[in-house]
Amino acid sequence: MPDFTTTFFQKIKSIQYKSYTAAILITCILIAAHLSFGILGGYKKLGIAIGASFLVEIIMGRLFLGKWRNLSSAYISGISVGILIRSPMFWPYALCSALSISSKYVLRYKGRHIWNPSNFGVVAMLILASNSVAVLSIQWGNNLWPMLVIWVIGSYSIWKIKRFHICATYVISFLFFAVFRSWITGDPYLAEISPITGPMYQLFVFFMITDPRTTVKAKWGQYAVPFAIAFLEFILRLNEFVYAPFYALFIVGPTAMYLELWWKSRTQTQAVQS
Amino acid sequence: MQKRVIKILATLFFVLLLATPWLMKKYEHWRYGVSGGQDEATALKRYGFYLQEVSSDIGIHFNHEAPQLDSKLEPIMPQVASVGASASVADFNNDGWEDIYLTNSRKGTTNALYENMGEGTFKDVAGEMGVDSLNNDKEGTSMGSIWGDYDNDGYEDLFVYRWGKPVLFHNDQGTGFTRVDHKKTDFPKWVNANTAIWFDYDRDGNLDLFMGGYFDEKFDLWHLKTTKIMPESFEYAHNGGRNYLFHNNGDGTFTEVAEQMGLTSHRWSLSSAATDLNGSGYPDLVVANDYGVDELFINEGGKHFNNIGDNADMGFSPKSGMNVTFGDVMNQGNYAIYITNISEPGVLVQGNNLWVPSSDKKKGKLNYKNLAGNMGVELGGWSYCAQFGDLNNDGFIDLYVANGYVSAKKGTDYWYDFSKIAGGNEKIINDAKNWPDMEGRSLSGYQQNKIWINDGAGRFQEVSGVVGGSLKKDSRAVAYADLWNRGVLDVIVANQNGPVSVFKNKVADDRNWIGLKLEGTESNRSAIGTQVEIYWNGQRQKQVVSGGSGFSSQNQRRIYFGLGIDPKVDKILITWPSGKEQTIDSPKVNQLHKIKEPK
Repeated sequence: MPDFTTTFFQKIKSIQYKSYTAAILITCILIAAHLSFGILGGYKKLGIAIGASFLVEIIMGRLFLGKWRNLSSAYISGISVGILIRSPMFWPYALCSALSISSKYVLRYKGRHIWNPSNFGVVAMLILASNSVAVLSIQWGNNLWPMLVIWVIGSYSIWKIKRFHICATYVISFLFFAVFRSWITGDPYLAEISPITGPMYQLFVFFMITDPRTTVKAKWGQYAVPFAIAFLEFILRLNEFVYAPFYALFIVGPTAMYLELWWKSRTQTQAVQS
Repeated sequence: MQKRVIKILATLFFVLLLATPWLMKKYEHWRYGVSGGQDEATALKRYGFYLQEVSSDIGIHFNHEAPQLDSKLEPIMPQVASVGASASVADFNNDGWEDIYLTNSRKGTTNALYENMGEGTFKDVAGEMGVDSLNNDKEGTSMGSIWGDYDNDGYEDLFVYRWGKPVLFHNDQGTGFTRVDHKKTDFPKWVNANTAIWFDYDRDGNLDLFMGGYFDEKFDLWHLKTTKIMPESFEYAHNGGRNYLFHNNGDGTFTEVAEQMGLTSHRWSLSSAATDLNGSGYPDLVVANDYGVDELFINEGGKHFNNIGDNADMGFSPKSGMNVTFGDVMNQGNYAIYITNISEPGVLVQGNNLWVPSSDKKKGKLNYKNLAGNMGVELGGWSYCAQFGDLNNDGFIDLYVANGYVSAKKGTDYWYDFSKIAGGNEKIINDAKNWPDMEGRSLSGYQQNKIWINDGAGRFQEVSGVVGGSLKKDSRAVAYADLWNRGVLDVIVANQNGPVSVFKNKVADDRNWIGLKLEGTESNRSAIGTQVEIYWNGQRQKQVVSGGSGFSSQNQRRIYFGLGIDPKVDKILITWPSGKEQTIDSPKVNQLHKIKEPK
């Protein structure tokens, strides 16, 4: 019979660390940002966001799947909500988390959820509760070095889990479309690329558009989708949507997922028939 | 079957979640909303007061003009040149009627001193008194003013802070003003100041002066050599103007002591106010900073100021502080601190702060909790000045909040461009040339001022839709004064790039009041810093004689308490800045008491 120490270390070794990369990375960003800038304005709101995520995940997982879910995904959603949602009140944090997690169970197609949970929650809050919430965009430090550190560490971590190409495609597309926006609006190019130098985009790029569950499987699609997101964002920005990237992902992400799942199902059916 | 039920239940739960904001809004409206138009009879019946705009009727025709700065700032001129309308109140000639000083901000324009003629009319006497022409190329333009009797001669002197050279006027017994020689004052040659207050920080009986800078003092905003003048961060900027503290030497001269007193800071200060918050007897200082945290400087026996904002839980989360005012919001003998910020639905919801003390007796430390949300005074708009005062004389202090940033072309919005640049890297945001052209667009414009009345049970209700007195202009300063000596607080609102509004307050006949006009002897003669606590009908309320509060504003020097109906005042406890305590037992109500500090 193996002793406790052996079992413990075996368990530690068996953990799939890659699947926790995002959780670890977002925690590091949060701690660094809060210690240096106090972005949370207290721990209660973050606690509420994470707590609500856990609660809804546990209940829904139990009801729908009959098992206790791994809470790492709920943790990322909760922490994303805690960082991204800006409100002087407490209830929007709980509501956004609850919406994010429950969307995974309710809004499904071919057995898969197609919206990135926190993206869904954030957009729902922006549309339904705009009097009470905003999204993190300007409430963080504007310093160069923390930004570079986060981009470097984030890029490395994402590269390790083989999703860097998604981030890179989006960033390059954003910078490319910024040239046209600057040309069309007459605003300085630096003004057009200014948003991507801020914290909102770090979270958006590293955690939302790369979410394995809600990104398409086809390699070419993983280039096409971020490009399409950047393109729609370009259109939305020309129409002065402050939170254009969230809306763009909200529309493009599920559409791409839907098309891929539909196509897959169709080809599988044809294969069976033939 | 079971799975189907679960799916249906989950879907219903999801729909309920989606509907929650709408349901909450409906509940809020049902619970706290007001209905009906502006009607005097309804307002008096429901809320006990009604505000009527009377400025033209009483001869006040003042129009503020914004500064026209260096052409390099032209694309974003409206947002840079967005301040300067101010209002301060004093009885400058001691005739028993409150007068009003208003500032203008475009070069060549004049400031106004409206003398209260005591018959319901006002006359601009700034020219004949020598305090009108203060906006010029050489010295900059006015941003605000405060009154205080710095030489204890019994007449309120006038300090005008500018984006330029600050200036102190000695009041020559109400017959005119003489500019005090700069050599005597130690004032800087140039400072882009947006706040100043009088207070006697060392309790030596002479009023000292605090002044806070906004843009860095190295910039003459009319003659810029660089466009890198903007904040380095939207919420963590330290490249603003510095603070100044001028110690009054008691011989008509001042010495600048900010550094030795620990008040060095280069934040973007927009407002300040002082009162004794920790019971030490010395006035503490609160500074609201744009692009940064609120600062709470505890006065260590008049020897040093110690910023404990962070430790007191009110100085960690940065917002866009624009106002400081104190109020005993729950009639408990403690001051809450109200600091305004920015709230724009769906874009930036900072919420205003109402810092309510929650003393940690175990550790003996000062501690604050933000109860703005709980008390219903959180969501203003792009808020500037806020003032506490009992507008309906019901015994609980109410709150008037000025809102609106840039009201330009209707139906336009600069918020998208603003948020685009403000979230970016410091190198981008810091340089005005990177900011997109405003092209005549509004930015949080046409916002309505809020009038929140205190229900006495820990909640404020917004009633501007019924009681009059609200505006949809770019309001900046708010000052209260009893302009007709009736025992009520009338309201003066200074609007950026627009006419000043004076609201005559009609209070329900059954409401009572008591007023105090204090005069220091050992303490400074203006009695600034005096704590007054009234006990009546089993209640108590505390107020301080202020040397300036709010944004670019100063209320009347008198202290007014509303008493509600059927008042029986037990006593008034006065604690003078000298430390002397004075008790007035069973004072008569519905009258102004003139009280001199006992020797």
